[in-house]
Amino acid sequence: MSLRPDLAAIAAHVTPGSRVLDIGCGDGALMAELEATSGCDARGMELDGALVERCVSRGLSVVQGDANLDLANYPDKAFDYAILSQTLQTATRPDLMLDELLRVGRRAFVSFPNFAHWRTRAALLLGGRMPVTRALPVSWYETENIHHVTVEDFRDLAKLKGARIERAWFFSNEKQIGAPAANWRAEFAVFELSR
Amino acid sequence: MNAAPPVSPVYKVPHPLPLDSGQALEGCEIAYETYGTLAADERNAVLVCHALTGDQYLASPHPITGKPGWWERMVGPGKPIDTDRHFVICANVIGSCMGSSGPASLAPDGAPYAMRFPVITIRDMVRGLVALLDGLGVEKLHAVVGGSMGGMQALSLAANWPERAARVLVIASTARHSAQNIAFHEVGRQAIMADPAWAEGDYYASDARPDNGLAVARMAAHITYLSEAGLTEKFGRRLQDREAKGFGFDAEFQVESYLRYQGSGFTRRFDANSYLYITRAMDYFDIAEEHGGKLADAFAGTQARFCLVSFDTDWLYPTAESRHIVHALNAAGAKVSFVELSAPHGHDSFLLEHDQLDRVVKGFVE
Repeated sequence: MSLRPDLAAIAAHVTPGSRVLDIGCGDGALMAELEATSGCDARGMELDGALVERCVSRGLSVVQGDANLDLANYPDKAFDYAILSQTLQTATRPDLMLDELLRVGRRAFVSFPNFAHWRTRAALLLGGRMPVTRALPVSWYETENIHHVTVEDFRDLAKLKGARIERAWFFSNEKQIGAPAANWRAEFAVFELSR
Repeated sequence: MNAAPPVSPVYKVPHPLPLDSGQALEGCEIAYETYGTLAADERNAVLVCHALTGDQYLASPHPITGKPGWWERMVGPGKPIDTDRHFVICANVIGSCMGSSGPASLAPDGAPYAMRFPVITIRDMVRGLVALLDGLGVEKLHAVVGGSMGGMQALSLAANWPERAARVLVIASTARHSAQNIAFHEVGRQAIMADPAWAEGDYYASDARPDNGLAVARMAAHITYLSEAGLTEKFGRRLQDREAKGFGFDAEFQVESYLRYQGSGFTRRFDANSYLYITRAMDYFDIAEEHGGKLADAFAGTQARFCLVSFDTDWLYPTAESRHIVHALNAAGAKVSFVELSAPHGHDSFLLEHDQLDRVVKGFVE
């Protein structure tokens, strides 16, 4: 089973045996990988009941819940890692969610689509309409992405929040690319943070 | 109600069963059914706990009604709780009337206990179940499973005997009875106690039984197990066996006829005093209160895996109650899953056809 590239990067860099909370865990692919190969104690949160059911029926511990509200019920530093993959841009308040990630987890992994990728820029600049691209395939009126964010925006937010960027990975066309000019070249970014 | 035919095996608890009230139950008996085979390592046992008016006939026909077991669609060979793999135990709770010690049982003086039976709690019921597990040689359950009051027992087992179950599955349940829950139960109890035939509970030697009161109690409770949409879909305002309103007080509406049928059918299989005792036990239920007021403390250090399931139309034990438990389990660092399933039938949904529930139960219990 091949993980999505951002999830694979996260899976490869979680310390084995860690306690992990995967927020927006989907069908539990990353959790299953972390439990199977890294001996992690993985917990998940997912809004979609059908996905939760799939997780539970594959033996994963996943709670149906809304990350905007339900993270508050976890104690401080309950996890070694809090993971938020492709969900930050859907949060009601991404800044507050980042605070919560770094409260419940000693470290956090955050992945998101980069709105400043050149395709997105070109679509907006030349097309004059909200971009519908490979990385952002849903029209503006039905996308769940209510807070589009760029690599540089995220770096600014981390700084504002006093979060240290430990590592970062960038992806284009499902492949990892280098950090230079990532805000132009990366379709997706993954950051590892601590505070 | 007639005495249940002695079809289930009965375990005689070899010691007085201590109770939360401070009393102890001498000569306590637990009637139970088992399905499947206990593995040599005794690690495949699944305890299923029944609801208020349930019994041990989980996956085998009920001896009085002749109906199939109450969860036959969930428990059996190849079913989500697979009796080819698991040794499934279901016992009648103490206080009930299908063979376990309850108000209809004979006290040491040879007469029925009636209201002399000690008031019990959910935790007392679980004490009885734990005694049975000891008797069966089951040290650790693969899983404990329960819906509604059965879920309360599963939670109580997990909180008070944390070493006894590796998995805890709680469906359509709660960690405490709300004021509204207590209120509905009080209506039922008052209906029974207002029936002249109740006779302060001392009716076992009499020809008259408080069936009218018990039927009304059941009718009121039954409404709480359904949803408004479910009732509307099933009955609407349709009339029963008539074309027009009769301007009288017969069961003119289908929903009235249905409730009367539910009420009278119930009196054939259930003891009115048992109904008083068990509803009282449920009203006393508050796991947090038992553990210093903080629900998370009830589960501190637990190694069990938990799964909670609620139904979106259940207004008896709504989703918020399950979430409350989930939050406490999160705070306690427990491994917990939770899903709210969609179903039109309210609280009773856990007993009805529901493919998603089947998959969750199967995946969790496996």
